Amino acid sequence: MTPLLQIRHISKAFGTILAVGDLSLDVAENEFYALLGASGSGKTTLLRMLAGFETPTNGQILLDGKDISTTPPNKRPVNLMFQSYALFPHMTVRANIAYGLEMEHLPRPQITARVDDILGVIELTPYADRKPDQLSGGQKQRVALARALVKRPRVLLLDEPLGALDKKLRGAMQLELKRLQHEVGITFIVVTHDQEEALVMADRIAILKDGKLLQSGPPREVYEHPINRFAADFIGVMNFFPGVADSTGLLATDGTRITAASTTHGPAVAAVRPERIRLGSGENTLTGTVTALAYHGLDLHLYVQTTAAPKPVIIRLTADMSEVQSLSHGDPVTFSWSAKDTRIFPA
Amino acid sequence: MHNRPLMFTILGVVFAFLYIPISVLVALSFNDGGLPTAWTGFSLKWYGALWENADILNAAFNTLIVAITSAALATILGTLLAIGIETRARKGRWLESLIFAPMIIPDIVLAIALLSFFSLLKVPMGLHTIIAAHVVFNLAFVCAVVRARLKSFDWSIVEASADLGASATTTYRRIVIPVLSPAIIAGALLAFTLSVDEFIIAFFTAGAGAGSTTLPMQIYAMIRFGVTPEINALATLVLGLSVTALALAQRLNRGGIPGQ
Repeated sequence: MTPLLQIRHISKAFGTILAVGDLSLDVAENEFYALLGASGSGKTTLLRMLAGFETPTNGQILLDGKDISTTPPNKRPVNLMFQSYALFPHMTVRANIAYGLEMEHLPRPQITARVDDILGVIELTPYADRKPDQLSGGQKQRVALARALVKRPRVLLLDEPLGALDKKLRGAMQLELKRLQHEVGITFIVVTHDQEEALVMADRIAILKDGKLLQSGPPREVYEHPINRFAADFIGVMNFFPGVADSTGLLATDGTRITAASTTHGPAVAAVRPERIRLGSGENTLTGTVTALAYHGLDLHLYVQTTAAPKPVIIRLTADMSEVQSLSHGDPVTFSWSAKDTRIFPA
Repeated sequence: MHNRPLMFTILGVVFAFLYIPISVLVALSFNDGGLPTAWTGFSLKWYGALWENADILNAAFNTLIVAITSAALATILGTLLAIGIETRARKGRWLESLIFAPMIIPDIVLAIALLSFFSLLKVPMGLHTIIAAHVVFNLAFVCAVVRARLKSFDWSIVEASADLGASATTTYRRIVIPVLSPAIIAGALLAFTLSVDEFIIAFFTAGAGAGSTTLPMQIYAMIRFGVTPEINALATLVLGLSVTALALAQRLNRGGIPGQ
C-alpha cells in the first residue's frame, strides 16, 4: 500500500539560506505524525509547504500518489490549524466553522448539520454565537481545530497547536487531540518543539535539525534507541559522560571505566537515562556529592556532581523511598546502572 | 516648570481664543434681532431664511455631490493603495512618501498646480474638476487611516481563508474588507468632512460658471457684503455636520469591529 503522503527529496531555500534540505519522509493513512525540532529546524517551513503557502525549491509532495507541490492552498484537500488560531474576528464561532464549507458550495442544510455536529464534538455548542474575542484561549484553540476538521481534509496540519495554552490545559488537550484524531479518522501532522508533547501524542515522530531529518520512528524507538548524540539529547533527559570508546565501553576523562556494548572507537560519549540509574553499587558504579534535590511530587530528581562528567548527573527516583528521604545537599552518594542501559555515541 | 496656576491660565487663554469665536457665531445664529451687538431673543428664523435662499440651497447641493463623490472615490482608491503598500512593503517605501505629499503640500500650491494642469489639458472645469482635485488630497488621508489599521492586521487570517478554500477575491470580500471596515468608514467620513469645508482648491478648480459654486465659495461671496445672521446659521450647520462626521470617524476607528 502506498503511503498517504510522500515527501520526496524536498528542499526550500530562502535566498541563500536553506530552510529545508533534501528531506524525505512518508506519512501513512490515519497516522498521528509529529515533526519535532527546535526553532530554525525547518519544521514550520515544511508544514507551510504541505499547506501550500510555500513552493518547494526542489523535490515533490505526493498526496494519494498525485504531485501537489505547486497546487495553491485553496485547492488542496489539506487544512492547517494555525499557531495563532487565525480565527476571523468579525465572525461568530458558527460562521468561522461554516466558512470552509461555504467555500465548497455545499447546500445550506448540509453546512448547518455539519457545523452543529462538530460544535458538539468540541463541546462548544453554547458558545456558537460568540465572537472569537469573547472566548478563552482553550476555546479559541478548539474553534480553530473544528474549523479545519469540519472540512474533512485528507491531512490536518497543526502548527504548535498547544503552544499558547497553559501547562495544565496543554496536558489535557494532548490526550483530547489524540482521542479526536481516532474519532474522526483523519491523518494529523503536528509541528512541535515540545518533545514531551510529541512522545505523548504521536504514533511516529520525525526529529528535524537544520532542515534535515535526523531520525524518525515510533516514540518508544526514538526514546530508547536514539541514533546519535543530538537525538539522545533532544528527546527526554540524558546524562552524558565524555571519554574515549573501545569495544567494551568507554574510559571517562577522570579514568572511570564505563562498561557498555560499543561499536565506536575513539572520542565518544556514554549516555544513560536518569530513570535507569539506581542508588547503591552495580555494573557501572560512580560516587559523587548531591548538589540539588528537585521534588516533583511522585518523582525526585537528584543532581549529583561526579568527576566523570562536567555536568551533575541527574537521577530520577521515587520520592517516597526511605533512603531518598534522608538525603540532603552535600551528602556523598553512590549510584549505578547496568551496561545494557548504556549507549555509546561518537562525540 | 511646576507653576500649575500659570499653566492652567495659559491653557484657559488658548481654549478661550479657540472656542469663544465659535460659540459667539453659534449663539448669534439663534439671535432674533440679527445684530451682533444685542441679544433680542431666541429664534430659528435665520435657519428658515436659508431654506428660501436658492443660491445657498444650490451651493449646499453642489457641496454634497462633491463631498460624497470624492469621498467615495478616495475611499476605494485609498484603501486599495494602503493594502498595496502594506503587502509590497519593500517597493512601497518611496511610494508612501509620494502618496502622503498632498497632506503636507500647502493647499494654495496644490490649487494652483491643479488649475494649471486642467488648463493645460484644456479640461472644461466644473464640479467634476473639483471632485478630481478633492480626490487627490482625500486619497492621502484615507490611505493614512487604513494604513494605521493594517499595522495591527493579522495576516494569518488571510492565509486561513485561502487554506479553507477561498479564492483571493473571496478572501478580500469576506475577510479583509470586513475586518478593515471600521478604518475604511472612518477614512470615508474624514474625507467627506475635509471636502465639505475645503475652499481654496475648490475655488481654483471650479471654473467660471456659477453652476459649480460650493458652500464655502457661496459663504465667501456673501461675506463680502458683511456677516449676515444667515451666514452664522449656515456656518453652524456646517460645523454640526463636520463635528458629527469626525466624532463618528474617531469612535469607529477606536471602537474596533462594530457589534463587539
